[in-house]
Amino acid sequence: MSTDTDTTPASAGVTTLTPAVVIVGAGPSGLSAARELAPRVGGEVLVLDRESTAGGIPRHSDHPGYGIRDMRRFMSGPAYARRLVEQARAAGATIRTNATVTGWAGERTLEVTTPQGRLRVEAGAVVLATGARERPRPGRLIPGDRGRGVYTTGHLQNIVHLQHGKVGRRAVIAGAELVSWSAALTLREAGCATVLMTTEYPRPDSYALFNIGGRAFFRPRIATRTRVSRIIGKPDLRAVEIENLDTGARRIVECDTLVLTGDWIPDHELARAAGITLDPGTKGPLVDSAFRTDRPGVFAVGNLLHPVDTADIAAIDGARAARSVLAWLNGGSTPDGQVRLVAEAPFRWVTPEVIRRGDPAPARRRLLLWSDRFIPFPRVVLRQDGKVVARKRLWWPASPGRVFRVPSIMLTSVNPQGGPVSIGVED
Amino acid sequence: MSTTDRNTTANGDASATFDVVVIGAGIVGSAIARKLAGHELSVALLDARNDVGDGTSKANTAILHTGFDAKPGTLESRLVREGYHLLSDYAERTGIPIERTGALLVAWNDEELEALPGLKEKAERNGYDRTEIVGPAEVYRQVPHLGEGALGGLTVPDESVICTWTTNLALATDAVRRGVTLLLNRRVEAVEERGGTTVLRTTGGDVTTRWVVNAAGLGSDVIDRMFGHDRFTVTPRRGELLVYDKLARPLADRIILPVPTSRGKGVLISPTVYGNVLLGPTAEDLTDRTDTGTSEKGIAFLLEKGRKLMPELLEEEVTATYAGLRAASDHSDYVIDADARRRYVLAGGIRSTGLTAGIAIAEYVAGLAGEAGLELVPREDLPEPPRMPNLGEAFPRPYQDAARIAADPAYGRVVCFCERVTAGEIRDAFRSPIPPAGLEGLRRRTRAMNGRCQGFFCGAEVGRLMESRGADACGPRVPHENREHGGERRSPEARR
Ligand SMILES: Cc1cc2nc3c(=O)[nH]c(=O)nc-3n(C[C@H](O)[C@H](O)[C@H](O)COP(=O)(O)OP(=O)(O)OC[C@H]3O[C@@H](n4cnc5c(N)ncnc54)[C@H](O)[C@@H]3O)c2cc1C
Ligand SMILES: Cc1cc2nc3c(=O)[nH]c(=O)nc-3n(C[C@H](O)[C@H](O)[C@H](O)COP(=O)(O)OP(=O)(O)OC[C@H]3O[C@@H](n4cnc5c(N)ncnc54)[C@H](O)[C@@H]3O)c2cc1C
Repeated sequence: MSTDTDTTPASAGVTTLTPAVVIVGAGPSGLSAARELAPRVGGEVLVLDRESTAGGIPRHSDHPGYGIRDMRRFMSGPAYARRLVEQARAAGATIRTNATVTGWAGERTLEVTTPQGRLRVEAGAVVLATGARERPRPGRLIPGDRGRGVYTTGHLQNIVHLQHGKVGRRAVIAGAELVSWSAALTLREAGCATVLMTTEYPRPDSYALFNIGGRAFFRPRIATRTRVSRIIGKPDLRAVEIENLDTGARRIVECDTLVLTGDWIPDHELARAAGITLDPGTKGPLVDSAFRTDRPGVFAVGNLLHPVDTADIAAIDGARAARSVLAWLNGGSTPDGQVRLVAEAPFRWVTPEVIRRGDPAPARRRLLLWSDRFIPFPRVVLRQDGKVVARKRLWWPASPGRVFRVPSIMLTSVNPQGGPVSIGVED
Repeated sequence: MSTTDRNTTANGDASATFDVVVIGAGIVGSAIARKLAGHELSVALLDARNDVGDGTSKANTAILHTGFDAKPGTLESRLVREGYHLLSDYAERTGIPIERTGALLVAWNDEELEALPGLKEKAERNGYDRTEIVGPAEVYRQVPHLGEGALGGLTVPDESVICTWTTNLALATDAVRRGVTLLLNRRVEAVEERGGTTVLRTTGGDVTTRWVVNAAGLGSDVIDRMFGHDRFTVTPRRGELLVYDKLARPLADRIILPVPTSRGKGVLISPTVYGNVLLGPTAEDLTDRTDTGTSEKGIAFLLEKGRKLMPELLEEEVTATYAGLRAASDHSDYVIDADARRRYVLAGGIRSTGLTAGIAIAEYVAGLAGEAGLELVPREDLPEPPRMPNLGEAFPRPYQDAARIAADPAYGRVVCFCERVTAGEIRDAFRSPIPPAGLEGLRRRTRAMNGRCQGFFCGAEVGRLMESRGADACGPRVPHENREHGGERRSPEARR
C-alpha cells in the first residue's frame, strides 16, 4: 500500500537502482518521454515495462493508422512500436522489459519484480505511462453463463497477432467506435466473421481512417441503441441476447465469439497506491498542463490521463512532459494558484484538469474531452463564477467513442484567481 | 510400497476393488477421502467432473464460520464449531491462507436491533461467547465507509476469511499423497449390489467397492435413491456474488453481516484473502442443478443492497461475477447417516457451511462408518500434509520474494499482471499431484486471469502457458516476432 516515507526494510537480494528518471510503461507515451529526456538528463533514464517486448498496445494492434500526428506517417501498430523503441534506445534511454512495477517504497521510489530479481528504483522523477484497458465482462455486469469465447479487443489481438491463436467463426462486437473497427479487422484476419456490431448510441462512429487509407472497407450490420443483455452457452459461447434500449425488445443472436470493445478504464493502480488524486471523470491522475500529478516529481502521460486517445496523442504527451520533468530536475517550481477545469454533460471528462498561469499550454494547444452524445457542430461554452468566459462553435463533431478536442485558446479569458471553470455545450 | 508412490495420478486405475469409494471431490468428499486414507484401506475419490473442487466448493463466500448463528443443538452447529478449529489448524500446517478479519453484524431497523440480544444468546448456546453488542458510533468507528442508517451491531471477532480453492485442493492433494486413487470424469449413473460389493456404473466405466460414501453435494439425493433410500430432496439455491477490485479493499477490512432471516444469511460484504471485496450472495431456489449463471435480477438486487450497505463500494470496478448453488434440502440439519446393510454412508444436505465444517464432517463420517462395520486400523506411515502455494495477499507471494526469485527466475516473471501471478507458479501448478484440467482449474490454483483486466493483457499468454502445461516458464512472452503489416505512407491526416 501507499507509504509516504520510506518504511520498507531493505530486504536481502533486492537491487537498488538510482536513475535520474524512471518511466513506468514503454508504450507510445513512455517511450516518447524517454526519447526526449535521455539526451537532456545527466543521469540515467530508465523505462520499465512488464511485457517482454516494449511498445505498448500498438505491438498487437496490427493494422495501419499509427504515427499520424507525431511521426507524420501512416504506419502499422507494430512498425510504429518498433520505431519508438529504436528512437528511445538511440537517444540513450535504458529499456527494461519483464519488469513489473508492483508498488511504492517512498515518494519517488518504486518496487519492481523482474526475472533478474527484485529491484528498488529510487529516482529523481517518476513518469507514469501505464495506459488504459477495456472493461471486461464483469465490469460491465453482463449476466448469463460463463461461456468461453468472450474477449476484450486487447485480449483478442494478443491471441491473434502475438500468439497467432484461433478464435471462433461468428462474432458479435459490442461497440462501434474506433477500437471496435480495429477488433473487426483482427477478426477478419483470424477468419472470423463479424455478424453484428452493437452500439448503445444512436449512430455508429465509423473509422474514417479506413476510408482514407483506401483499405477494403467492409460494413458489418450495426444495431444502434442496443446493448448485450445476456451471454448464453457453457462451456462455450453459443449466442448473446441483445436488447433495444428504446423499445426494450430482445432477441437472440447466435455467435461463438463476443468482443467487448471500448469502455475504457485507465491502469491507475500505481497512481492510486501512491495516494495521488484522481479525476472522477477520467479515473486517471488529475494533472495540470505540465503533466504534474499532485505528488511532487511524479508526472503522468498518455492514455492513463485520457482513456482513450490515439497513440500519436499519447506520444506527444510524453514528449511534452519531458520539458516539465527537466524543469523539476533542475529545481524549477510549480507556479502558484490554479483553476480547476470541470466537464459538464454531455462531456464525461476533460483533461488537463488544472490550469495555471505561467504553465505551458496543453499539448497541441488542445483540451481533450469525452462526449456521451453526438453533436455535429458543437458550440462549446466555458463558464466561471456564474459567467460565460468563452463561447466557440467548432467545425468538427463531438462523438461518443473518440476524444473531442477543444482549442485551449478558449482559456485566454479565464480568471486565474477565479473559481472552477466548467466546460459544456450550448445547443 | 511407499506412501507417496501408491497412486499419484489424477486419473487412476479403477480395475481393483476398493475398500471405500467416496463420491464427490468437493471439500466434503475430499476431506472424507483424506480421513479414511489415514487407515489401512484402499480408497478412491470419484467425481463426475474433470477436476477436484469444481462444484459448490469453488463458488461460495469463503467465510470460516464460528457457527455463532447456527441452530443450537443441531449436528450442523456442532460440526461447524469443530470444523472451525480443525480447519484453522489444518490451514496453519498446509499454508491455506486465512485472514482473521472478524465480522460485524449490522442492524438497520428497530426490529433488527431488537434481535441482537437474541443472537448473542444464541451464539452462547452455540458455544461462542465472544460476541458483543455495540452502538452506532462503534459500528461506524469499525466500518467508516458503511452506508447511513446503521442503528447498532454485534461483533463476531473470530469470523474469518479463507481460500476455499486451496482448502479443497489441499485436502484432495493430501488424500492423493496418502494413496487415494483419484477417479475423475466419472459420473455415477447407477449402482448395483453384487455379492458383498457395490458396483458403481459411471460414465467412465464400472468401479467396484466394498463401501461407498456419498458426498455428492447437489447430486447427493439422487445417489441416495440409488441406494434405495427416500429421505430428502436437494433444492439448488443459487447465490450470486459480485467481486470488487482489490483497490476497494480498504473500504471493508472485516465481514459485514446482515441480521439473518429464515431465508438465509442475507447479503453480506466481505473481504477476500485475495484482497478483493465480495458483495452477495442472493438466495434463489432453482430447479436446474447446473445453472451457475448470473442473472439480471440477481445483479440488480445486489447493486440495490450494496448501495445501501456501502455506496462507495459501487464506485469501484467489479472484477468478477459468479454464482454458486447451495445444496439446500427439506431438512433443517445436515443429513449424515450410515447404512450398515448396504455398506453406505450419506453426507448430504450440507448447504451453506460445508467449507468450514468439511474436516469435522469427515471425522464424524469415519466414526459412523466404523460403527457400521468398516474396519479402521490407523496407519503409521502417513506422509506430512502438503504445503500449498500461497494465494493470499496477507502472506508473501513469489513475486515479492527476492530470495526465491534469485533461486528461480521463473518466480520473477510476472505473467498475470493484475493478480501478479508468475510463470513459476503456473509451471508448479502443472507439476503438482493434481494438475489443472483446464483454464478454470488453473485460475483456482494460481489466481491467473482473476484480476481486473480479465485477460486484456495476459489472457493470450496464460493460454499459451496452458497449452505447454507451464513448460517454457522462462521463455519469451511473445513466441513470434511481430510481422510488419501494411506499409508506411505519408498521411494527409497528419495536419488535423
Ligand atoms: C485495439 C486498439 C486499436 C487501436 N488502434 C489505434 C490506431 O489505429 N491508431 C492509433 O493512433 N491508436 C490506436 N489505438 C490507441 C493506442 O494504442 C493508444 O493510444 C496508445 O497505445 C497509448 O499509449 P500509452 O503509452 O498511453 O499506453 P500503452 O500503449 O497502453 O502502454 C502502457 C504500457 O505500460 C505498461 N505498464 C502498465 N503498468 C505497468 C506496471 N505496473 N509496470 C510496468 N509496466 C507497466 C504496459 O505493459 C504497456 O506496455 C488503439 C488501441 C487499441 C486498444
Ligand atoms: C453462495 C454460497 C455461499 C457459501 N458460503 C459459505 C461460507 O462462507 N462458508 C462455508 O463454510 N460454506 C459456505 N457455503 C457452503 C459450501 O460451499 C458448501 O457447503 C460446500 O462447498 C459443500 O461441499 P461438498 O463437497 O458437499 O459439495 P460440492 O463441492 O458441490 O462437491 C460435490 C461433488 O460431487 C460431484 N457429484 C455430484 N453428483 C455426482 C455423481 N452422480 N457422480 C459423480 N460425482 C458427482 C460434483 O461434481 C461435485 O464435484 C456456501 C455455498 C454457497 C452456494
